[in-house]
Amino acid sequence: MKAFTEITSSLLPLDRSNVDTDAIIPQQYLKSVKRTGFGVNLFDNWRYQDPGVLGQDHSQRKSNPDFVLNKPEFRNAKIILARENFGCGSSREHAVWSILDYGFEVVIAPSFADIFCSNCYKNGLLPVALKDSEVDYLFEQVNANPAFMCKVDLNEQSIIDEKNNSFAFQIDEFRKYCLLNGYDEIDLTLQHANKIKEYEDKLKHSSPWLIK
Amino acid sequence: MTNKTLYDKVWQSHVVHERDDGMTLLYIDRHLVHEVTSPQAFEGLRLAKRNLWRKDSILATADHNVPTTDRSMGIEDVISKTQVDTLDQNCKDFSLTQFPMLDVRQGIVHVIGPEQGASLPGMTIVCGDSHTSTHGALGALAFGIGTSEVEHVLATQCLLMKKSKNMLVNVNGVCPVGVTAKDIVLAIIGKLGTAGATGHTMEFAGSAIQALSIEGRMTICNMAIEAGGRAGMIAVDDTTIDYVANRPFSPTGIEWDQAVAYWKTLHSDEGAKFDTTIELNANDLKPQVTWGTSPEMVADVNAKVPSDVNDDQQRALEYMGLKPGVAIEEIKLDKVFIGSCTNSRIEDLRAAASVIQDKKLAENIKLAMVVPGSGLVKQQAEQEGLDEVFKAAGFEWREPGCSMCLGMNDDQLKPGERCASTSNRNFEGRQGKGGRTHLVSPAMAAAAAVHGHFVDVSRM
Ligand code: SF4
Repeated sequence: MKAFTEITSSLLPLDRSNVDTDAIIPQQYLKSVKRTGFGVNLFDNWRYQDPGVLGQDHSQRKSNPDFVLNKPEFRNAKIILARENFGCGSSREHAVWSILDYGFEVVIAPSFADIFCSNCYKNGLLPVALKDSEVDYLFEQVNANPAFMCKVDLNEQSIIDEKNNSFAFQIDEFRKYCLLNGYDEIDLTLQHANKIKEYEDKLKHSSPWLIK
Repeated sequence: MTNKTLYDKVWQSHVVHERDDGMTLLYIDRHLVHEVTSPQAFEGLRLAKRNLWRKDSILATADHNVPTTDRSMGIEDVISKTQVDTLDQNCKDFSLTQFPMLDVRQGIVHVIGPEQGASLPGMTIVCGDSHTSTHGALGALAFGIGTSEVEHVLATQCLLMKKSKNMLVNVNGVCPVGVTAKDIVLAIIGKLGTAGATGHTMEFAGSAIQALSIEGRMTICNMAIEAGGRAGMIAVDDTTIDYVANRPFSPTGIEWDQAVAYWKTLHSDEGAKFDTTIELNANDLKPQVTWGTSPEMVADVNAKVPSDVNDDQQRALEYMGLKPGVAIEEIKLDKVFIGSCTNSRIEDLRAAASVIQDKKLAENIKLAMVVPGSGLVKQQAEQEGLDEVFKAAGFEWREPGCSMCLGMNDDQLKPGERCASTSNRNFEGRQGKGGRTHLVSPAMAAAAAVHGHFVDVSRM
């Protein structure tokens, strides 16, 4: 996994709550058996006016100029700013892959859905939960000035904006450690392979119907 | 801690290792695999040259992407075919138990797991699919995972996670005639909101829940995720044990007796502590219909779409092509879909069939389809003659799969089309770009099909 330490960027203001993973990447693109190439279909139903299919040349499609992702002033944003319960719905990890593949590295929202959050951590996308009032403030700033910049510092667990306001955020120690170092969780788990085998041996005695 | 919740009990019996900060290595008993969220996980395993930890924990089937029309010629869509073939190949390469497309046991993972006895009480069950919460109806701890976690389970038989909070949803009373498990769970989501149970494992309890069959309990747990709860659980009772008995993967002989003795302990102890408790009275419930683009946007069938709306609700009404304040019963439909892991079991098909017996689809209904949850459900329904009832009314009778629940195959809504659906998500574009979904129970969907608009099935 790619490590994450800090980033300074403008923000994409996606002023919606309950942005579900069907909206982040619609079903037809889940037919892919790869992990890459989903960026061009991020927010597909909002971003294009015509329907799309996997594998077509999406540059030929009719884009929706009103959708915030298509506005030139937000083209360089690497942080998505959204409302509560971001990433709800389907467990599709394609949602995280498409956000990363497009070039975003952080999502800021008041809250995130549980499965989306675990998917973020496995791929090096940082979900940052801030208070409602802080998210309101950031929307106000970005709406007034699309080039408004923030620095997201994982080590310090803080966001500092260009006016020097700073907001702290919480993250599990373990998740932070994995993100900062880009660790692969499977490797970490396999360090406990003996414990897993011991557990299975016990299980064979206590609950033989579960394991042969 | 002496008084434990059901969740405490199942969680604690699966802890392999716990770090000081609470991050836990949790053992996984059953891993259900389907074609959409697994190819990248198998590929990851190969690239890292890792072994698969325990292949007998896995049961695989293709469900999301399979055609529901005649299958004898295979899958026409090349891209869908590649995905299904990839699953077949992975199952072959790793010698996994799989029900291929033409096997009568094939179906939606969340229907076949319990049907086969592959999902059992007290198990930890995962699948790369958010509706894995369904299996909690058997007193299991079951939840959806992403593809990286699928790979993690393939490689280690464990997941790294922290214990969540625990919410008790108590539903007491007796459901009025025409009110089903689907209506109970939609009402719960309406009350809690789609993020109301985020960070929680939900336990559903109370007399109205205990009165439900396992099928009904699965409908409830299936939609825990639509309230934000990653897992939903229901205590084991005689109904559970009767359901599990004599299924192909269920234990037999002395192991059955051992298992039953253990399963009987799978309920929350008196006085066990929950982080949150909510109460609902089943006596007051009406059949439910969603009117918006989130399952929390739901109303009683005899009520109206709200007239005082916020920005999100306004946007939802525009997408749905509805005016604020319109009566739910005035909403006219184009299509009807009976199926999905929420409502495609035999009991659901019986309920729908009983409403349409000797009736015909309304003229404005362009398409009505029934997609059984598995080949075995389909077989059972045909033995009972339900397929004839549906066909006589004008419904299409299809092969099992996810179908129009998410429109990955050809079963989709066109822009602007309005559908009464027994599935679980009414998100924008869920059933096809621009499609408009109203979530209802099977009986309500069937009633809407013959009237062409929503009607209160409890008054029919
Ligand atoms: S029926 Fe629908 S919700 Fe259920 S597993 Fe299939 S796609 Fe997902």
